[in-house]
Amino acid sequence: MKTKELLLDPVVKNNPIALQVLGICSALAVTSQLKQAVIMGVAVMIVTGVSSAMVAFIRNIIPNSIRIIVQMTIAASAVIVADQVLKAYFFDVSKQMSVYIGLIITNCIVMGRMEGFAMKNKPLASFLDGVGNGFGYAVLLLAVGIVRELFGSGKLFGVSIFSLTTEGGWYLSNGLLLLPPSAFFIIGVLIWVLRTYRPEQVEKE
Amino acid sequence: MSDTAGKTLTVAAVLCGVCSVLVAGAVVVLKPKQIINADLDFKKNVLMSAGLLKPGTDINEAFQQVEPVVINLETGAIAEGIDPKIFDQSKADKNPDYVESIPKNEDLAGIKRRAKLQKVYLVKKDGVLDQIVLHVYGKGLWSTMKGFLSLDKDAITVRGFNFYSHAETPGLGGEVDNPKWIAQWPGKKVYTEELTPAIDVIKGNVDPGMVNAENKIDGLSGATLTSVGVENTFRYWLSEDGYAKFLTNVRNGVIQ
Repeated sequence: MKTKELLLDPVVKNNPIALQVLGICSALAVTSQLKQAVIMGVAVMIVTGVSSAMVAFIRNIIPNSIRIIVQMTIAASAVIVADQVLKAYFFDVSKQMSVYIGLIITNCIVMGRMEGFAMKNKPLASFLDGVGNGFGYAVLLLAVGIVRELFGSGKLFGVSIFSLTTEGGWYLSNGLLLLPPSAFFIIGVLIWVLRTYRPEQVEKE
Repeated sequence: MSDTAGKTLTVAAVLCGVCSVLVAGAVVVLKPKQIINADLDFKKNVLMSAGLLKPGTDINEAFQQVEPVVINLETGAIAEGIDPKIFDQSKADKNPDYVESIPKNEDLAGIKRRAKLQKVYLVKKDGVLDQIVLHVYGKGLWSTMKGFLSLDKDAITVRGFNFYSHAETPGLGGEVDNPKWIAQWPGKKVYTEELTPAIDVIKGNVDPGMVNAENKIDGLSGATLTSVGVENTFRYWLSEDGYAKFLTNVRNGVIQ
């Protein structure tokens, strides 16, 4: 497969959230603010890329009977390192997000790509595939984050866009969008739109 | 390639070794930077509540006018024989020698227990006491909200405050850290003339013509329980069980 396909296919054609419906939980948790969504997206891209590459590198010597736990150990190590780096260089963000960063380990996208792709492919291709899937995840988080932060609190990246009625402006914010369930609705709508334009993504009865 | 037990064990052992070196390495290498970050963050929060953090301020330099002291809440005096520089509040909060449980009917802040030793910060201006920064924490709707309250040297007037840690609903209760909401605090009185804790977070907006408007704060719309939590947190920490005795000492000039 070509580099471009590996990187960009997971964005629309095979999006991990919209088509494979993986990684939903974290998409609910971190999308009420765009800044968190961006950091989470980047962190997942790096973790998925690096751990896929590491698994691919040793794919021929991983004993079949313990391959899942081997993948998990690698992913867990990558996540802890990412968390530590965030604490050292992006302290403010990590204070808000540390719990969710730790939970990347449980993000099915990471495990899914290692088991589904990296076990059969070369390290470089696996790295690109991991980054691409992380990117597809990040794009969806961004889309959800924009809707939630803009209509939920009238801001983007913490900067006021709509002036709120509570501060003397005209926009009455929608509190539901700040609560996790709203992300479900937005993801649902996005999947619907995506599958209307690409009917081949609709599952057969 | 066949998967013998020996090979499986070897791969597992080597993998664990490599991964632990990676993780431990990252922790050890990045630790000094993280400690500096945490320390700066802490100083930043103290300065922010005292209104001393302006854009471009050097945090370490500004913190030189702040003198930490450890006080005993029961006597209101400075605790003897404890060096504030090495006193660790989070450890004291777990130390059974210092921790006392709060009777349920007095536990306004919903924190169940508190250490009788508390670190407070005296902000000096040209060597003279100007502000007192107190650590306060209490339950909101979902989370324990932790913050610093800064009082004027009269120990009644608010100079500033901020919550550095909370997990209230973003956009509703989470507005407790909105600078616009915090801006109405300076100048408010935390006590009545009889020195009972009087902070009152009301429903709706405060009209300057209201009775006791100097004790009243606008409620956060859509966040009644968080607003009540803020009010109770302050009331608890300013009561006799909290900092009241210490603040009396400040007012009488015992602590300078």
